[in-house]
Amino acid sequence: MIALERRPEPSRAWQYATPLLAVALTMVAGGLMFAALGKDPFAAIRTIFWDPLFHPQFAAFSRPQLLVKAGPLILIAIGLSLGFRAGVWNIGAEGQYIVGALCGAAAGLALYPSDSVLIFPMMVLAGALGGWAWAMIPAILKTRFNTNEILVSLLLVYVAENLMASLAVGALRNPEGGGFPGSRNLAQWDAASNPELIAGTGMHWGVAAAFIAVILAYVLLARHLTGFHIRLTGEAPRAARFAGVSPARLVIFCLGVSGALAGLAGLFEVTGPAGQISIDFNTGYGFTAIIVAFLGRLHPVGILLAGLLMALTYIGGELASFMLGIPAAAIQAFQGMLLFFLLAVDVLTNYRIRLGRREVAG
Amino acid sequence: MQRRTLLGAAAALALTAGGALAQDDPLKVGVVLVGPKTDGGWSQHHYDSFVKMQEHFGDSVELVVQESVPEGADAERVMTQMALSGADLIFTTSFGYMDPTINVAQKFPDVKFEHATGYKTAENVSTYSARFYEGRAIQGHIAGKMTESNIIGYIASYPIPEVIRGINSAFIHAKKVNPDVEFRIVWAFTWFDPAKEADAAKALIEQGADVILQHTDSTAPHAEAAKTEGIITFGQAADMAEYAPMPRVSSIIDNWAPYYIDRVQAVIDGTWETVETWDGIDTGMVGIGEITDAVPAEVRDEALAMKEAIAAGEYHPFTGPLNKQDGTAWLAEGEVADDGTLLGMDFYVEGLSGEIPN
Repeated sequence: MIALERRPEPSRAWQYATPLLAVALTMVAGGLMFAALGKDPFAAIRTIFWDPLFHPQFAAFSRPQLLVKAGPLILIAIGLSLGFRAGVWNIGAEGQYIVGALCGAAAGLALYPSDSVLIFPMMVLAGALGGWAWAMIPAILKTRFNTNEILVSLLLVYVAENLMASLAVGALRNPEGGGFPGSRNLAQWDAASNPELIAGTGMHWGVAAAFIAVILAYVLLARHLTGFHIRLTGEAPRAARFAGVSPARLVIFCLGVSGALAGLAGLFEVTGPAGQISIDFNTGYGFTAIIVAFLGRLHPVGILLAGLLMALTYIGGELASFMLGIPAAAIQAFQGMLLFFLLAVDVLTNYRIRLGRREVAG
Repeated sequence: MQRRTLLGAAAALALTAGGALAQDDPLKVGVVLVGPKTDGGWSQHHYDSFVKMQEHFGDSVELVVQESVPEGADAERVMTQMALSGADLIFTTSFGYMDPTINVAQKFPDVKFEHATGYKTAENVSTYSARFYEGRAIQGHIAGKMTESNIIGYIASYPIPEVIRGINSAFIHAKKVNPDVEFRIVWAFTWFDPAKEADAAKALIEQGADVILQHTDSTAPHAEAAKTEGIITFGQAADMAEYAPMPRVSSIIDNWAPYYIDRVQAVIDGTWETVETWDGIDTGMVGIGEITDAVPAEVRDEALAMKEAIAAGEYHPFTGPLNKQDGTAWLAEGEVADDGTLLGMDFYVEGLSGEIPN
């Protein structure tokens, strides 16, 4: 008989081992799925995990693309992880990402076609503020009226999407675009563009910001009082209250930081890889970042690695999709398995498996 | 591992690709689809046409397809990877791929690109689209004759000229046969989202619409309409015959296969040039799906007569007198709209209510 027995405290070894185990299980289960679809599972797994990094034809292009794809994921996930640790559930990073991009783009476009060097920094600031303000809605509603921040932040994503659609065909529409929706291309306007900092590396300001965020979050959690409060509130809410932590201030702080970081991610994306506000500029980074945050154990360094891994499955998944004819839905299922297995094997962190008969208390 | 630049890799690849062609290796044709290749509409019809194209050429063409690619940065990456993988000709089949296509085409001057429904071309980028508005005219005629509530619902995708053109064309021809007709337009802001499309259809039916026209790609509006007695719908992009004879009474079918065969042949022959193709019913690029028995014989005959007249070039769906929504004159008696105005159409014609979102 197999029984689960709660560990007195979470196992540190398993905490590090479970993400690796989850990746391995995903490869096995994903391989079986690909085989069931009539594709060579080994070729598929190799194409997803190996080819983007080392294939002589693609690697030169896809390695930098890993950073481009991982940058926004890491930046958003770092912000989310602070809240998640404290039990503040911001599910609406996608909306904050959109509003950050909108505010940043609008601030820049208001001054088009100026070539002042101050434009880009101002847009960055506007982007962060936009994301922050959008996150303040669930934060204030929670602290004042005790609403549920999960629902409010999530529903505000749909508000943001419609706001963006209306701005893309209205106020922000490119007046020289022949009536088509979408703003001017910011990447082609030097003062507002977020180009590759070193050609051929994929490194743009957003990726740099993501790396900086990783370091700051690490320092915050390890060395700073606010970081201690975050950890304490997540692990022992009652103790935190006795220690004088104000739950309201923590909610405002966590949502504010995650909103601002998501807004920054949106701004760097719209001025760089995406180039313009269009009707469907957002492609789900805000939601995928939730997976990245958990895959990275809510730890800054873990998130860095998880973001890169997630980006790898996207880029490798695309290669597998068109080179081996694997349906896009199967690739998405494959990515979903990663989170599924991680949550499933997480049980090992908190529980120990016992084989044999359970002792019956006499 | 040596560092190499993207352009270096691209150039090396272009060289090998050129050499490969001479050795009778298959021509590699890449396809980027905005929806799943089984969406039952726009993307599926492109996909099916590509499959027909490949059957035509057999082993001399290798087809690589990437489905469900978001418009924007992701599209650019997918196209680049396709070009790097040695594709000689890449078809990008959604309006939103326009800028990414142009950007990637710049980096790969030896790869040919074909962008559907856009307006930007380059030395190695052609555009192609179909005059869907010709089919819309026939739909409008049938819809105007068939409606009993005089309310026609229209599920529109994005407020771009192609969609506005379709609304105008359908409305003009519905109004011509039924002066009391009224259009209710819902903007879905998506090409493919079955849940959203079904919701839109439901809302329109609740408002009294008994005809649902759609410029979105899924069959969800048909499934929704089938729940209520007497609602009629039209297939969009694909025949959607699985919903015939009711609610689907006819359809506009995009028939891309002949164009694809032509263009691939041109690359094989080395005669490929930049073109801006805009074909209609006359070349068969726009097909009209079977008009079912749910439509009275007399209406069917009128619709088919209109189809013949358009195919023969005797009738243009945008023929004056026509006014714009605000009452200003657009086309005088007998005047026919020029392609430039149609391609940039950003206004409703007189009689339509509501505003184009902006």
